[in-house]
Amino acid sequence: MAKTIWVLVEIEDGRPARSSLEVLSKAAHLGRAEAIVLGSAAATVAPSLGEFGAEKVYVHADPTYDTYLTLPAVDTLSALLQRQQPDLLLFPTTYDVRDIAARLSARHNLGLITDATDLRYEGERLEVTVPWGGENVVVATHPYQGTGIVLARPKAFSVERFEGRQAEIEQLTVTLRPESQQMKILDRVEVQSEGPALEDASIIVSGGRGLGKPENYRLVEELATVLGGAPGATRAIVDAGWLPYSYQIGQTGKTVKPTLYIACGISGAIQHLAGMKGSKYIIAINKDEHAPIFSVADLGIVGDVLTILPQLIEEVKRRKTQL
Amino acid sequence: MKIFVCVKQIPDPNTVESKLDPATKRLVRTGVSLVLDPGDETTIAAAIKLRDSLGNSELTAISMGPASAQEALRRALAMGVDRAILISDPALAGSDVLGTARTLAAALKRENPDLIFCSTESTDGYTGMVPGAIAEFLGLPQLTFAREINVEGTKAVIKRVTQTGYEVVESPLPAVVTIASGSFEAIYPTMKGIMSARKKPFSQLSLSDLGLDPSQVGEAGAREQILSIGKAEARAAGQIIKDEGNAAEIIADFLQRHQLL
Repeated sequence: MAKTIWVLVEIEDGRPARSSLEVLSKAAHLGRAEAIVLGSAAATVAPSLGEFGAEKVYVHADPTYDTYLTLPAVDTLSALLQRQQPDLLLFPTTYDVRDIAARLSARHNLGLITDATDLRYEGERLEVTVPWGGENVVVATHPYQGTGIVLARPKAFSVERFEGRQAEIEQLTVTLRPESQQMKILDRVEVQSEGPALEDASIIVSGGRGLGKPENYRLVEELATVLGGAPGATRAIVDAGWLPYSYQIGQTGKTVKPTLYIACGISGAIQHLAGMKGSKYIIAINKDEHAPIFSVADLGIVGDVLTILPQLIEEVKRRKTQL
Repeated sequence: MKIFVCVKQIPDPNTVESKLDPATKRLVRTGVSLVLDPGDETTIAAAIKLRDSLGNSELTAISMGPASAQEALRRALAMGVDRAILISDPALAGSDVLGTARTLAAALKRENPDLIFCSTESTDGYTGMVPGAIAEFLGLPQLTFAREINVEGTKAVIKRVTQTGYEVVESPLPAVVTIASGSFEAIYPTMKGIMSARKKPFSQLSLSDLGLDPSQVGEAGAREQILSIGKAEARAAGQIIKDEGNAAEIIADFLQRHQLL
Protein backbone atom coordinates (compact mmCIF):
# COMPACT_ATOMS: atom_id res chain seq x y z
CA MET A 1 0.00 0.00 0.00
CA ALA A 2 1.28 3.40 -0.89
CA LYS A 3 1.92 5.55 2.14
CA THR A 4 -0.17 8.68 2.51
CA ILE A 5 1.89 11.70 3.48
CA TRP A 6 0.53 15.10 4.42
CA VAL A 7 2.53 18.23 3.78
CA LEU A 8 1.57 21.58 5.27
CA VAL A 9 2.26 24.13 2.54
CA GLU A 10 3.04 27.69 3.63
CA ILE A 11 2.39 30.74 1.49
CA GLU A 12 5.00 33.46 0.97
CA ASP A 13 4.17 36.56 -1.05
CA GLY A 14 1.16 34.79 -2.56
CA ARG A 15 3.16 31.76 -3.68
CA PRO A 16 3.88 28.38 -2.12
CA ALA A 17 7.05 28.68 0.00
CA ARG A 18 10.10 27.00 -1.42
CA SER A 19 10.72 25.06 1.79
CA SER A 20 7.20 23.61 1.52
CA LEU A 21 7.71 22.57 -2.11
CA GLU A 22 11.00 20.83 -1.25
CA VAL A 23 9.14 18.69 1.25
CA LEU A 24 6.18 18.14 -1.08
CA SER A 25 8.48 16.79 -3.80
CA LYS A 26 10.06 14.40 -1.33
CA ALA A 27 6.65 13.25 -0.11
CA ALA A 28 5.60 12.55 -3.71
CA HIS A 29 8.57 10.18 -4.07
CA LEU A 30 7.75 8.37 -0.85
CA GLY A 31 4.08 7.76 -1.54
CA ARG A 32 0.83 9.60 -2.06
CA ALA A 33 1.47 13.26 -1.26
CA GLU A 34 -1.42 15.33 0.02
CA ALA A 35 -0.99 19.03 0.67
CA ILE A 36 -2.81 21.18 3.19
CA VAL A 37 -2.86 24.89 2.49
CA LEU A 38 -4.44 27.45 4.79
CA GLY A 39 -4.90 31.22 4.69
CA SER A 40 -6.46 33.90 2.52
CA ALA A 41 -4.31 33.03 -0.53
CA ALA A 42 -4.86 29.27 -0.15
CA ALA A 43 -7.35 28.91 -2.99
CA THR A 44 -5.08 30.59 -5.53
CA VAL A 45 -2.05 28.55 -4.48
CA ALA A 46 -3.79 25.16 -4.33
CA PRO A 47 -4.15 24.39 -8.09
CA SER A 48 -0.40 24.77 -8.67
CA LEU A 49 0.54 22.14 -6.09
CA GLY A 50 -0.20 19.15 -8.34
CA GLU A 51 2.73 20.13 -10.48
CA PHE A 52 4.99 19.84 -7.41
CA GLY A 53 3.77 16.38 -6.52
CA ALA A 54 0.49 16.73 -4.63
CA GLU A 55 -2.25 14.25 -5.59
CA LYS A 56 -4.74 15.96 -3.36
CA VAL A 57 -4.92 19.40 -1.78
CA TYR A 58 -7.02 20.32 1.25
CA VAL A 59 -7.83 24.02 1.17
CA HIS A 60 -9.19 26.40 3.75
CA ALA A 61 -9.06 29.92 2.38
CA ASP A 62 -9.67 31.88 5.56
CA PRO A 63 -7.80 35.03 6.59
CA THR A 64 -7.87 33.98 10.27
CA TYR A 65 -4.73 31.91 9.62
CA ASP A 66 -2.91 35.04 8.44
CA THR A 67 -3.61 36.99 11.61
CA TYR A 68 -3.59 34.37 14.36
CA LEU A 69 -0.55 32.18 14.85
CA THR A 70 -0.42 28.44 15.37
CA LEU A 71 -3.71 27.49 17.05
CA PRO A 72 -6.17 27.83 14.13
CA ALA A 73 -3.85 25.73 11.95
CA VAL A 74 -3.43 23.15 14.74
CA ASP A 75 -7.22 22.93 15.15
CA THR A 76 -7.79 22.39 11.44
CA LEU A 77 -5.06 19.74 11.12
CA SER A 78 -6.40 18.14 14.26
CA ALA A 79 -9.95 17.98 12.83
CA LEU A 80 -8.57 16.44 9.64
CA LEU A 81 -6.61 13.89 11.68
CA GLN A 82 -9.79 12.81 13.40
CA ARG A 83 -11.30 12.07 10.01
CA GLN A 84 -8.33 10.38 8.36
CA GLN A 85 -5.09 8.84 9.51
CA PRO A 86 -2.22 9.44 7.11
CA ASP A 87 1.01 7.50 7.65
CA LEU A 88 3.11 10.58 8.04
CA LEU A 89 3.04 14.34 8.43
CA LEU A 90 6.15 15.62 6.66
CA PHE A 91 6.64 19.31 7.38
CA PRO A 92 9.26 21.93 6.52
CA THR A 93 11.23 23.41 9.43
CA THR A 94 10.15 27.04 9.56
CA TYR A 95 9.32 29.40 12.41
CA ASP A 96 5.56 28.92 12.12
CA VAL A 97 5.48 25.23 11.25
CA ARG A 98 7.72 24.30 14.18
CA ASP A 99 5.16 25.76 16.58
CA ILE A 100 2.30 23.97 14.83
CA ALA A 101 4.12 20.62 14.82
CA ALA A 102 4.94 20.77 18.53
CA ARG A 103 1.32 21.33 19.55
CA LEU A 104 -0.06 18.77 17.12
CA SER A 105 2.39 16.22 18.46
CA ALA A 106 1.26 16.85 22.04
CA ARG A 107 -2.45 16.94 21.17
CA HIS A 108 -2.45 13.61 19.31
CA ASN A 109 0.51 11.88 20.97
CA LEU A 110 2.35 11.77 17.64
CA GLY A 111 6.05 10.91 17.66
CA LEU A 112 8.15 13.77 16.41
CA ILE A 113 11.48 13.51 14.60
CA THR A 114 13.17 16.82 13.79
CA ASP A 115 16.02 17.98 11.56
CA ALA A 116 15.64 15.15 9.04
CA THR A 117 17.91 15.22 6.01
CA ASP A 118 16.49 12.06 4.43
CA LEU A 119 13.77 9.49 4.94
CA ARG A 120 12.53 6.27 3.34
CA TYR A 121 10.33 3.29 4.02
CA GLU A 122 11.98 -0.06 4.60
CA GLY A 123 8.92 -2.23 4.13
CA GLU A 124 6.47 -0.86 6.66
CA ARG A 125 9.07 0.89 8.77
CA LEU A 126 9.91 4.55 8.34
CA GLU A 127 13.63 5.31 8.57
CA VAL A 128 14.63 8.92 9.08
CA THR A 129 18.20 10.17 8.74
CA VAL A 130 19.17 12.86 11.22
CA PRO A 131 22.68 14.32 11.45
CA TRP A 132 23.89 14.20 15.05
CA GLY A 133 26.87 16.09 16.36
CA GLY A 134 29.73 16.65 13.98
CA GLU A 135 30.50 13.14 12.90
CA ASN A 136 27.43 11.01 13.32
CA VAL A 137 24.18 10.35 11.59
CA VAL A 138 21.36 8.69 13.40
CA VAL A 139 18.57 6.63 11.89
CA ALA A 140 15.34 7.12 13.80
CA THR A 141 11.78 5.87 13.56
CA HIS A 142 8.38 6.12 15.20
CA PRO A 143 8.22 2.88 17.21
CA TYR A 144 4.46 2.34 16.88
CA GLN A 145 1.69 1.87 14.32
CA GLY A 146 -0.02 5.02 13.11
CA THR A 147 0.71 8.59 12.18
CA GLY A 148 3.98 10.31 13.07
CA ILE A 149 5.55 13.70 12.37
CA VAL A 150 8.88 14.42 10.67
CA LEU A 151 10.31 17.91 10.27
CA ALA A 152 12.76 18.22 7.38
CA ARG A 153 15.84 20.39 7.45
CA PRO A 154 15.62 23.27 4.93
CA LYS A 155 17.33 22.56 1.61
CA ALA A 156 17.60 18.83 2.36
CA PHE A 157 15.46 18.10 -0.72
CA SER A 158 15.18 19.77 -4.08
CA VAL A 159 12.00 21.08 -5.66
CA GLU A 160 10.85 18.89 -8.52
CA ARG A 161 8.22 19.22 -11.21
CA PHE A 162 5.68 16.49 -11.76
CA GLU A 163 4.60 17.48 -15.28
CA GLY A 164 0.92 17.17 -15.97
CA ARG A 165 -0.06 16.09 -12.46
CA GLN A 166 -3.40 17.54 -11.44
CA ALA A 167 -4.32 17.54 -7.78
CA GLU A 168 -7.82 16.84 -6.59
CA ILE A 169 -8.91 19.82 -4.52
CA GLU A 170 -11.07 19.56 -1.42
CA GLN A 171 -12.44 22.66 0.27
CA LEU A 172 -12.44 22.14 4.02
CA THR A 173 -15.52 23.21 5.93
CA VAL A 174 -14.07 23.55 9.42
CA THR A 175 -15.32 26.22 11.80
CA LEU A 176 -12.52 28.14 13.46
CA ARG A 177 -12.95 28.52 17.20
CA PRO A 178 -12.72 32.02 18.68
CA GLU A 179 -10.84 30.64 21.71
CA SER A 180 -8.02 29.60 19.41
CA GLN A 181 -7.60 33.15 18.15
CA GLN A 182 -5.14 34.20 20.82
CA MET A 183 -1.70 34.86 19.40
CA LYS A 184 -2.49 37.84 17.24
CA ILE A 185 -0.08 39.38 14.77
CA LEU A 186 -0.38 43.15 15.25
CA ASP A 187 2.32 44.17 12.81
CA ARG A 188 4.90 42.72 10.44
CA VAL A 189 8.18 44.61 10.14
CA GLU A 190 10.69 43.94 7.38
CA VAL A 191 14.21 44.85 8.37
CA GLN A 192 15.89 46.10 5.24
CA SER A 193 19.33 44.73 4.66
CA GLU A 194 21.50 45.61 1.71
CA GLY A 195 22.43 42.91 -0.77
CA PRO A 196 20.85 39.47 -1.06
CA ALA A 197 19.07 37.67 1.79
CA LEU A 198 21.22 35.14 3.59
CA GLU A 199 19.22 32.13 2.46
CA ASP A 200 19.26 33.19 -1.21
CA ALA A 201 22.84 34.46 -1.42
CA SER A 202 25.25 32.53 -3.63
CA ILE A 203 28.15 34.00 -1.67
CA ILE A 204 28.21 34.28 2.13
CA VAL A 205 30.94 35.82 4.25
CA SER A 206 30.52 34.90 7.87
CA GLY A 207 32.21 35.99 11.09
CA GLY A 208 32.83 34.48 14.51
CA ARG A 209 34.55 35.09 17.84
CA GLY A 210 37.95 35.26 16.17
CA LEU A 211 37.09 38.78 15.00
CA GLY A 212 37.77 39.85 18.58
CA LYS A 213 35.25 42.62 18.99
CA PRO A 214 31.94 43.76 17.46
CA GLU A 215 33.50 46.70 15.55
CA ASN A 216 35.59 44.29 13.49
CA TYR A 217 32.49 42.68 12.03
CA ARG A 218 32.40 45.52 9.48
CA LEU A 219 35.29 43.77 7.69
CA VAL A 220 33.00 40.80 7.12
CA GLU A 221 30.27 43.09 5.80
CA GLU A 222 32.70 44.90 3.55
CA LEU A 223 34.03 41.69 2.01
CA ALA A 224 30.46 40.47 1.51
CA THR A 225 29.60 43.72 -0.25
CA VAL A 226 32.57 43.67 -2.64
CA LEU A 227 31.82 40.04 -3.50
CA GLY A 228 28.10 40.72 -3.97
CA GLY A 229 27.22 38.37 -1.13
CA ALA A 230 25.53 38.45 2.24
CA PRO A 231 27.10 38.62 5.71
CA GLY A 232 26.38 35.94 8.31
CA ALA A 233 27.42 35.05 11.84
CA THR A 234 27.95 32.25 14.31
CA ARG A 235 25.74 31.60 17.28
CA ALA A 236 28.60 32.65 19.57
CA ILE A 237 28.62 36.26 18.39
CA VAL A 238 24.84 36.40 18.14
CA ASP A 239 24.66 35.13 21.72
CA ALA A 240 27.18 37.78 22.67
CA GLY A 241 24.84 40.42 21.28
CA TRP A 242 27.01 41.59 18.37
CA LEU A 243 24.27 40.94 15.83
CA PRO A 244 20.59 40.01 15.68
CA TYR A 245 19.42 36.39 15.45
CA SER A 246 18.58 36.84 11.76
CA TYR A 247 22.33 36.68 10.99
CA GLN A 248 22.80 33.33 12.69
CA ILE A 249 23.92 30.39 10.59
CA GLY A 250 23.88 26.93 12.07
CA GLN A 251 21.71 24.17 13.33
CA THR A 252 19.92 26.88 15.26
CA GLY A 253 19.47 29.74 12.85
CA LYS A 254 19.72 29.38 9.13
CA THR A 255 20.86 26.48 7.02
CA VAL A 256 22.68 27.80 3.97
CA LYS A 257 24.08 26.18 0.83
CA PRO A 258 25.78 28.96 -1.12
CA THR A 259 28.31 28.44 -3.90
CA LEU A 260 30.95 30.10 -1.76
CA TYR A 261 31.21 30.36 2.03
CA ILE A 262 34.03 32.34 3.61
CA ALA A 263 34.38 31.68 7.36
CA CYS A 264 36.29 34.45 9.13
CA GLY A 265 37.52 33.82 12.65
CA ILE A 266 35.13 30.88 13.04
CA SER A 267 36.42 27.85 14.90
CA GLY A 268 33.73 25.57 13.49
CA ALA A 269 31.52 24.44 16.37
CA ILE A 270 29.39 21.50 15.33
CA GLN A 271 26.27 23.58 15.53
CA HIS A 272 27.75 26.02 13.00
CA LEU A 273 29.09 23.36 10.63
CA ALA A 274 25.62 21.79 10.49
CA GLY A 275 24.26 24.96 8.94
CA MET A 276 26.91 25.56 6.28
CA LYS A 277 28.83 22.45 5.33
CA GLY A 278 26.60 21.87 2.32
CA SER A 279 28.23 24.91 0.68
CA LYS A 280 29.97 24.18 -2.63
CA TYR A 281 33.25 25.91 -1.81
CA ILE A 282 34.38 26.75 1.71
CA ILE A 283 37.26 29.06 2.54
CA ALA A 284 38.28 29.42 6.19
CA ILE A 285 40.57 31.93 7.85
CA ASN A 286 41.53 31.18 11.43
CA LYS A 287 44.50 31.60 13.74
CA ASP A 288 44.27 28.11 15.22
CA GLU A 289 45.49 25.46 12.81
CA HIS A 290 43.56 22.81 14.77
CA ALA A 291 40.22 24.60 14.41
CA PRO A 292 37.52 22.15 13.26
CA ILE A 293 36.46 24.55 10.49
CA PHE A 294 39.57 23.47 8.53
CA SER A 295 38.19 19.92 8.29
CA VAL A 296 35.45 21.15 5.95
CA ALA A 297 37.45 23.86 4.14
CA ASP A 298 38.51 23.57 0.50
CA LEU A 299 41.00 26.31 1.20
CA GLY A 300 42.13 27.00 4.75
CA ILE A 301 44.34 29.91 5.73
CA VAL A 302 46.06 29.75 9.10
CA GLY A 303 46.53 33.41 9.91
CA ASP A 304 45.21 36.58 11.46
CA VAL A 305 41.78 37.40 10.12
CA LEU A 306 42.15 41.08 11.02
CA THR A 307 45.30 41.37 8.88
CA ILE A 308 44.06 39.26 5.99
CA LEU A 309 40.55 40.67 5.55
CA PRO A 310 41.56 44.28 4.71
CA GLN A 311 44.14 42.93 2.22
CA LEU A 312 41.58 40.59 0.69
CA ILE A 313 38.97 43.34 0.32
CA GLU A 314 41.53 45.47 -1.57
CA GLU A 315 42.69 42.52 -3.68
CA VAL A 316 39.11 41.60 -4.67
CA LYS A 317 38.37 45.23 -5.58
CA ARG A 318 41.55 45.41 -7.67
CA ARG A 319 40.84 42.19 -9.57
CA LYS A 320 37.19 43.10 -10.15
CA THR A 321 38.24 46.27 -11.97
CA GLN A 322 40.52 44.20 -14.21
CA LEU A 323 37.82 41.70 -15.17
CA MET B 1 3.06 37.65 38.97
CA LYS B 2 4.27 34.03 39.07
CA ILE B 3 6.97 33.64 36.46
CA PHE B 4 8.72 30.36 35.60
CA VAL B 5 11.73 29.57 33.49
CA CYS B 6 12.42 26.05 32.19
CA VAL B 7 16.12 25.24 32.06
CA LYS B 8 18.34 22.33 31.10
CA GLN B 9 21.75 21.03 32.04
CA ILE B 10 23.77 19.88 29.04
CA PRO B 11 27.33 18.78 28.18
CA ASP B 12 29.36 22.00 27.88
CA PRO B 13 29.00 22.90 24.17
CA ASN B 14 32.26 24.86 24.32
CA THR B 15 34.44 22.00 25.51
CA VAL B 16 32.60 18.72 24.98
CA GLU B 17 31.82 17.01 21.73
CA SER B 18 28.43 15.49 22.48
CA LYS B 19 28.33 11.74 21.99
CA LEU B 20 25.64 9.12 21.92
CA ASP B 21 26.20 5.90 23.81
CA PRO B 22 25.99 3.18 21.13
CA ALA B 23 24.37 0.75 23.58
CA THR B 24 21.71 2.92 25.24
CA LYS B 25 21.55 5.39 22.31
CA ARG B 26 21.35 8.17 24.86
CA LEU B 27 23.47 11.25 25.32
CA VAL B 28 26.71 10.52 27.19
CA ARG B 29 26.52 12.58 30.38
CA THR B 30 29.08 10.85 32.56
CA GLY B 31 32.70 11.93 32.64
CA VAL B 32 31.97 15.16 30.77
CA SER B 33 31.66 18.72 31.97
CA LEU B 34 28.00 19.67 32.42
CA VAL B 35 26.71 23.25 32.38
CA LEU B 36 23.52 25.26 32.38
CA ASP B 37 22.61 25.55 28.69
CA PRO B 38 24.10 28.87 27.49
CA GLY B 39 20.85 29.62 25.66
CA ASP B 40 19.06 29.36 29.01
CA GLU B 41 21.34 32.04 30.44
CA THR B 42 19.84 34.49 27.93
CA THR B 43 16.34 33.29 28.77
CA ILE B 44 16.93 33.63 32.52
CA ALA B 45 18.23 37.16 31.91
CA ALA B 46 15.01 37.99 30.03
CA ALA B 47 12.88 36.57 32.85
CA ILE B 48 14.82 38.43 35.56
CA LYS B 49 14.50 41.68 33.63
CA LEU B 50 10.75 41.25 33.34
CA ARG B 51 10.34 40.24 37.00
CA ASP B 52 12.23 43.33 38.11
CA SER B 53 10.28 45.67 35.85
CA LEU B 54 6.92 44.24 36.93
CA GLY B 55 7.70 44.22 40.64
CA ASN B 56 5.82 42.09 43.17
CA SER B 57 6.73 38.98 41.16
CA GLU B 58 8.49 35.72 41.85
CA LEU B 59 10.73 33.87 39.40
CA THR B 60 11.14 30.09 39.68
CA ALA B 61 13.53 27.96 37.62
CA ILE B 62 12.40 24.43 36.84
CA SER B 63 14.36 21.58 35.34
CA MET B 64 13.95 17.91 34.60
CA GLY B 65 17.11 15.86 34.87
CA PRO B 66 19.35 13.63 36.96
CA ALA B 67 20.58 14.76 40.40
CA SER B 68 23.53 16.57 38.76
CA ALA B 69 21.07 19.04 37.19
CA GLN B 70 20.77 20.78 40.56
CA GLU B 71 24.09 22.45 39.71
CA ALA B 72 22.45 24.15 36.73
CA LEU B 73 19.59 25.28 38.95
CA ARG B 74 22.07 26.61 41.54
CA ARG B 75 23.59 28.74 38.83
CA ALA B 76 20.14 30.05 37.89
CA LEU B 77 19.60 30.96 41.55
CA ALA B 78 23.00 32.66 41.67
CA MET B 79 22.03 34.71 38.62
CA GLY B 80 19.04 36.03 40.53
CA VAL B 81 16.21 33.49 40.21
CA ASP B 82 14.19 33.24 43.47
CA ARG B 83 13.35 29.56 43.74
CA ALA B 84 14.17 26.26 42.01
CA ILE B 85 12.39 22.98 41.32
CA LEU B 86 14.14 19.85 40.11
CA ILE B 87 12.11 16.94 38.75
CA SER B 88 14.22 13.85 39.01
CA ASP B 89 13.23 10.23 38.69
CA PRO B 90 14.98 7.16 37.25
CA ALA B 91 11.87 6.48 35.14
CA LEU B 92 12.43 9.75 33.28
CA ALA B 93 15.65 8.57 31.62
CA GLY B 94 15.29 8.32 27.85
CA SER B 95 12.39 10.78 27.68
CA ASP B 96 11.66 12.24 24.25
CA VAL B 97 10.08 15.63 23.50
CA LEU B 98 6.62 14.50 24.60
CA GLY B 99 7.82 12.82 27.80
CA THR B 100 9.85 15.89 28.75
CA ALA B 101 7.05 18.32 27.98
CA ARG B 102 4.45 16.18 29.76
CA THR B 103 6.59 16.08 32.90
CA LEU B 104 7.40 19.81 32.95
CA ALA B 105 3.76 20.66 32.22
CA ALA B 106 2.57 18.49 35.11
CA ALA B 107 4.91 20.29 37.51
CA LEU B 108 4.00 23.73 36.16
CA LYS B 109 0.29 23.04 36.38
CA ARG B 110 0.52 22.70 40.18
CA GLU B 111 1.95 26.19 40.38
CA ASN B 112 -0.64 28.19 38.38
CA PRO B 113 1.97 30.21 36.50
CA ASP B 114 1.26 33.52 34.77
CA LEU B 115 4.22 33.30 32.43
CA ILE B 116 6.52 30.44 31.48
CA PHE B 117 9.82 31.27 29.82
CA CYS B 118 11.73 28.71 27.74
CA SER B 119 14.66 29.03 25.38
CA THR B 120 13.73 28.68 21.71
CA GLU B 121 15.68 25.43 21.68
CA SER B 122 18.30 23.66 23.73
CA THR B 123 21.92 23.75 22.63
CA ASP B 124 22.27 19.95 22.71
CA GLY B 125 19.01 18.57 21.34
CA TYR B 126 17.96 21.48 19.11
CA THR B 127 14.46 20.20 18.51
CA GLY B 128 12.77 23.37 19.75
CA MET B 129 9.63 21.31 20.31
CA VAL B 130 9.38 21.14 24.10
CA PRO B 131 7.98 24.68 24.70
CA GLY B 132 5.13 24.26 22.20
CA ALA B 133 4.26 20.86 23.63
CA ILE B 134 4.25 22.30 27.19
CA ALA B 135 1.88 25.04 26.00
CA GLU B 136 -0.42 22.45 24.43
CA PHE B 137 -0.45 20.23 27.54
CA LEU B 138 -1.34 23.26 29.65
CA GLY B 139 -3.82 24.64 27.10
CA LEU B 140 -1.95 27.95 26.99
CA PRO B 141 -1.00 30.21 24.09
CA GLN B 142 2.65 30.30 23.07
CA LEU B 143 4.67 33.33 22.02
CA THR B 144 7.79 32.09 20.27
CA PHE B 145 11.15 33.40 19.04
CA ALA B 146 10.80 36.52 21.18
CA ARG B 147 13.62 39.03 21.09
CA GLU B 148 11.68 41.47 23.26
CA ILE B 149 8.78 41.04 25.67
CA ASN B 150 6.48 43.48 27.41
CA VAL B 151 3.61 42.75 29.75
CA GLU B 152 0.69 45.15 29.58
CA GLY B 153 -2.04 44.28 32.07
CA THR B 154 -3.21 40.77 31.31
CA LYS B 155 -1.52 40.66 27.91
CA ALA B 156 2.00 39.99 26.73
CA VAL B 157 3.38 41.58 23.57
CA ILE B 158 6.53 40.32 21.94
CA LYS B 159 8.73 41.07 18.97
CA ARG B 160 8.94 37.71 17.21
CA VAL B 161 11.95 37.05 14.99
CA THR B 162 11.08 36.12 11.39
CA GLN B 163 13.15 35.32 8.29
CA THR B 164 13.04 38.93 7.12
CA GLY B 165 12.56 40.99 10.27
CA TYR B 166 10.05 40.64 13.08
CA GLU B 167 6.38 40.46 13.91
CA VAL B 168 4.65 42.16 16.81
CA VAL B 169 2.49 39.49 18.44
CA GLU B 170 0.20 39.77 21.43
CA SER B 171 -1.47 37.13 23.52
CA PRO B 172 -3.47 36.95 26.71
CA LEU B 173 -1.77 35.63 29.87
CA PRO B 174 -1.01 33.04 31.11
CA ALA B 175 1.28 32.10 28.24
CA VAL B 176 4.46 30.27 27.31
CA VAL B 177 7.18 32.52 25.85
CA THR B 178 10.32 31.35 24.07
CA ILE B 179 13.34 33.63 23.89
CA ALA B 180 15.60 33.75 20.82
CA SER B 181 19.28 33.32 21.61
CA GLY B 182 21.31 36.48 22.05
CA SER B 183 18.29 38.74 22.60
CA PHE B 184 19.15 39.65 26.16
CA GLU B 185 22.45 40.40 27.81
CA ALA B 186 23.67 37.59 30.03
CA ILE B 187 23.84 38.09 33.79
CA TYR B 188 26.99 36.82 35.47
CA PRO B 189 26.56 35.55 39.02
CA THR B 190 28.31 37.70 41.60
CA MET B 191 29.93 36.28 44.74
CA LYS B 192 26.98 37.63 46.69
CA GLY B 193 24.59 35.93 44.27
CA ILE B 194 26.38 32.62 44.65
CA MET B 195 26.30 32.88 48.46
CA SER B 196 22.63 33.81 48.63
CA ALA B 197 21.72 31.01 46.17
CA ARG B 198 22.43 28.50 48.92
CA LYS B 199 19.68 29.90 51.09
CA LYS B 200 16.99 30.08 48.40
CA PRO B 201 14.13 27.55 48.33
CA PHE B 202 14.99 24.42 46.38
CA SER B 203 12.53 21.58 46.02
CA GLN B 204 12.76 18.21 44.36
CA LEU B 205 9.89 16.26 42.84
CA SER B 206 9.52 12.69 41.65
CA LEU B 207 7.06 11.23 39.16
CA SER B 208 4.66 10.11 41.87
CA ASP B 209 4.59 13.68 43.25
CA LEU B 210 3.31 14.73 39.84
CA GLY B 211 0.79 11.92 39.52
CA LEU B 212 2.39 10.75 36.29
CA ASP B 213 2.49 7.13 35.28
CA PRO B 214 6.00 5.84 34.40
CA SER B 215 4.58 4.39 31.16
CA GLN B 216 3.86 7.94 29.88
CA VAL B 217 7.44 9.17 30.16
CA GLY B 218 11.06 8.05 29.80
CA GLU B 219 12.01 5.34 27.40
CA ALA B 220 8.72 3.50 28.10
CA GLY B 221 6.63 6.36 26.76
CA ALA B 222 8.91 7.47 23.94
CA ARG B 223 7.26 8.02 20.55
CA GLU B 224 10.56 8.22 18.73
CA GLN B 225 13.35 5.69 18.69
CA ILE B 226 16.92 5.62 17.44
CA LEU B 227 17.56 2.53 15.32
CA SER B 228 21.24 3.01 14.59
CA ILE B 229 24.13 5.43 14.86
CA GLY B 230 26.47 5.79 11.90
CA LYS B 231 29.31 7.94 10.61
CA ALA B 232 28.60 11.07 8.60
CA GLU B 233 30.14 11.45 5.18
CA ALA B 234 33.22 13.64 5.41
CA ARG B 235 34.06 16.38 2.91
CA ALA B 236 37.17 15.79 0.82
CA ALA B 237 40.22 17.29 2.49
CA GLY B 238 41.17 20.74 1.27
CA GLN B 239 44.39 22.68 1.17
CA ILE B 240 45.56 24.30 4.41
CA ILE B 241 48.12 27.08 4.06
CA LYS B 242 49.92 29.14 6.68
CA ASP B 243 49.73 32.85 5.91
CA GLU B 244 53.11 34.27 4.96
CA GLY B 245 51.79 37.64 3.88
CA ASN B 246 50.26 36.46 0.62
CA ALA B 247 46.97 34.97 1.93
CA ALA B 248 44.86 37.61 0.17
CA GLU B 249 46.43 36.66 -3.17
CA ILE B 250 45.98 32.94 -2.55
CA ILE B 251 42.30 33.44 -1.73
CA ALA B 252 41.76 35.76 -4.71
CA ASP B 253 43.41 33.17 -6.99
CA PHE B 254 41.06 30.52 -5.62
CA LEU B 255 38.05 32.78 -6.24
CA GLN B 256 39.18 33.56 -9.78
CA ARG B 257 39.91 29.91 -10.58
CA HIS B 258 36.37 28.96 -9.55
CA GLN B 259 34.83 32.00 -11.27
CA LEU B 260 33.59 33.49 -8.05
CA LEU B 261 34.75 37.07 -8.67
